[in-house]
Amino acid sequence: MTGFWAILLKEFAHLRREPITLFFALVVPMLQLTIFGYAIQTTIDDIHTVVYDLDQRQDSRELIAAFVNSRKFKVVEEVHDQAAFDHALASGRAKVGVKVPPDYTERLLRGQQATVQVLIDGSDSQVATTALNGAMLLGLNQSLRRGTALAEAVQMAAARDPAGRLALPVEVRPRLLYNPNLRSAHFFVPGLVGIIMQLVTLFLTSFAIVRERELGTLEQLFVTPVGRGGLLLGKLIPYALLGFIETLVVLTVMVFVFRVPICGDLLLLLGTSLLFLFTALGLGLLVSTLAKTQLQAIQFAFMIMLPSILLSGFVLPRAPMPTPIYVITFAIPATYFIEILRGIILRGAGPADLWPQLAGLAVCCTVILTLSVARFRKQLD
Amino acid sequence: MTDAATAVVIETERITRRFRDVLAVDAVTLSVPRAAIYGFLGPNGSGKSTIIRMLCGVLRPTAGTGRVLGRDVAREAEAIKRRIGYMSQKFSLYADLSVTENLDFYGRIYGLSRERVRRRKRELYDLVGVGPFERRLARELSGGWKQRLALACALIHEPEVLFLDEPTAGIDPVARRELWDLLFELSGRGVTLFVTTHYMDEAERCTHVGYIYLGRLIVHGKPEDLKQLADVTPAETRRLEITCPHATTALPRVRAVPGVRDATLFGETLHVLVEQRVPDVRLIEALGQTAAAVELRPIAPTLEDVFVTLSRSEAQRRAS
Repeated sequence: MTGFWAILLKEFAHLRREPITLFFALVVPMLQLTIFGYAIQTTIDDIHTVVYDLDQRQDSRELIAAFVNSRKFKVVEEVHDQAAFDHALASGRAKVGVKVPPDYTERLLRGQQATVQVLIDGSDSQVATTALNGAMLLGLNQSLRRGTALAEAVQMAAARDPAGRLALPVEVRPRLLYNPNLRSAHFFVPGLVGIIMQLVTLFLTSFAIVRERELGTLEQLFVTPVGRGGLLLGKLIPYALLGFIETLVVLTVMVFVFRVPICGDLLLLLGTSLLFLFTALGLGLLVSTLAKTQLQAIQFAFMIMLPSILLSGFVLPRAPMPTPIYVITFAIPATYFIEILRGIILRGAGPADLWPQLAGLAVCCTVILTLSVARFRKQLD
Repeated sequence: MTDAATAVVIETERITRRFRDVLAVDAVTLSVPRAAIYGFLGPNGSGKSTIIRMLCGVLRPTAGTGRVLGRDVAREAEAIKRRIGYMSQKFSLYADLSVTENLDFYGRIYGLSRERVRRRKRELYDLVGVGPFERRLARELSGGWKQRLALACALIHEPEVLFLDEPTAGIDPVARRELWDLLFELSGRGVTLFVTTHYMDEAERCTHVGYIYLGRLIVHGKPEDLKQLADVTPAETRRLEITCPHATTALPRVRAVPGVRDATLFGETLHVLVEQRVPDVRLIEALGQTAAAVELRPIAPTLEDVFVTLSRSEAQRRAS
């Protein structure tokens, strides 16, 4: 532990002289939080739609109105010939094209099936899926409405509600738990807390050590009687502290700006955060033992960050991933931490519900810290 | 330690370091007495820094042993580290810390008391003269001052041995001279200095020199002893300084004379190693000059002559 205080005080002096570090540590995460919290909307509304109505009578206008009223679609253009219809889709101005045939009203009156063509731009699979489901549901509802009216007229019903009105034979009653309004902030912000913690501590710690290696001061330190423990802890603790302050700030913003309340135990949340923080510090240390220059450190850090963002379940759900990749996700500490965060914050889960993730995170932490501390020697090689 | 004045402070016994398949240091045996200024010379990549790093205990020898202040460099590195100072070629200072903060930091690292750090800082300000810049950030100092601060940092804990790895690389001549004055001062106080350098004039100032070539220590000893070595000026040869007009054009002519083993340009004169059997007139003839225009003078070899001659014969020896 020799030299611990010397290193610790020096690191704080560096932070004081380079306020840019604090800027990156505290302001950049705020930006990320804003981007993910506000800008990314996973619920898709107002898909741009072009309408080519060859019928132009009451029934067809009702149909178009039904599209608009579903809020999934927004009519941006009404065209009167096939070429303009095709062009609106090809140019990308509209993602959905609704074409009503000239005999739409007649066929309905005659009791024949009327066909409405809905063309969907499949380039963006999420938009396309939403449009597809929306259009199918709309067709079903329209058909049901007409069917109900007919059944009323002939006094025959498949099922009735207690008040004696016609009803669907099977009623599905969905209820959304934990995030009833399906706000994407509820999904993203807790995960983001973990990603930001890892990002900041990983970059800061690996840089703090690699910078000294690059400057030659690390070699100078090796020649002094500074102990390995003193050197490591002296370098890591300031950034652990910074990371923890960071966590508190991000959590505060989450609760008071994004209105995502913490349903579970705050102490459990902070305790797990600390565990994850040490894991991230270990990753930073590991990067610093691998990288000779700051440029290499950036590359290694990105190599670690990328799977943490893409495969941890932060953005994309893990369950549908192909098996080999799904297996890999278990080696990513962020996977466990993000599940724990969402569990505690959104569902109010306790240790009994989260023990597999807690165990996974603890194992990751131990392995990474042991490996990186073992690799970090007071020797040049 | 009663015999402290004459004690051997650094000694190695066939110390060797291998990096994968490269033999960076090959069985080097040397010894340095207390208060010596040991100049360690050799071309780039010849293993100078590697030896220093092994002696400082940050690189393990692959084979052989090294002892500094009586402690083994491989097994007792941490004990050595308290009693040595090290200044690398990069003047490894914290650029964003001030002069006094840099010194405070190293003082704390060595576990000096606050009072001792204060006293040492005063002494070092007197010695290296960085006192007026106390509050300035290290990055704002010029090269020469950075180097003085680096030296002060390496001396904060009053080390008995100071290792300097090319301390004057990239420093202007005035700063270079001043640094050497400081080194003499330290040596006078009993500090042992181990200095690597490229500069021959610096080598001439050392009490002892060693020359390493491709990992092997070819020669070491006191400069004046090395100049007397038989290998440097073999018995059947003599060294001459030739002063003549147009020395540059004369050089290839002199080299072409049979019996001339070596000829180099030295300012406006030629330094020639020639066999005894070749008479002066033969050289003057070769220059195409009259005897009046040419001046021949027997000279002693310089250290450069010593190192050039010895590394050449070493290269020949290895080639054969």
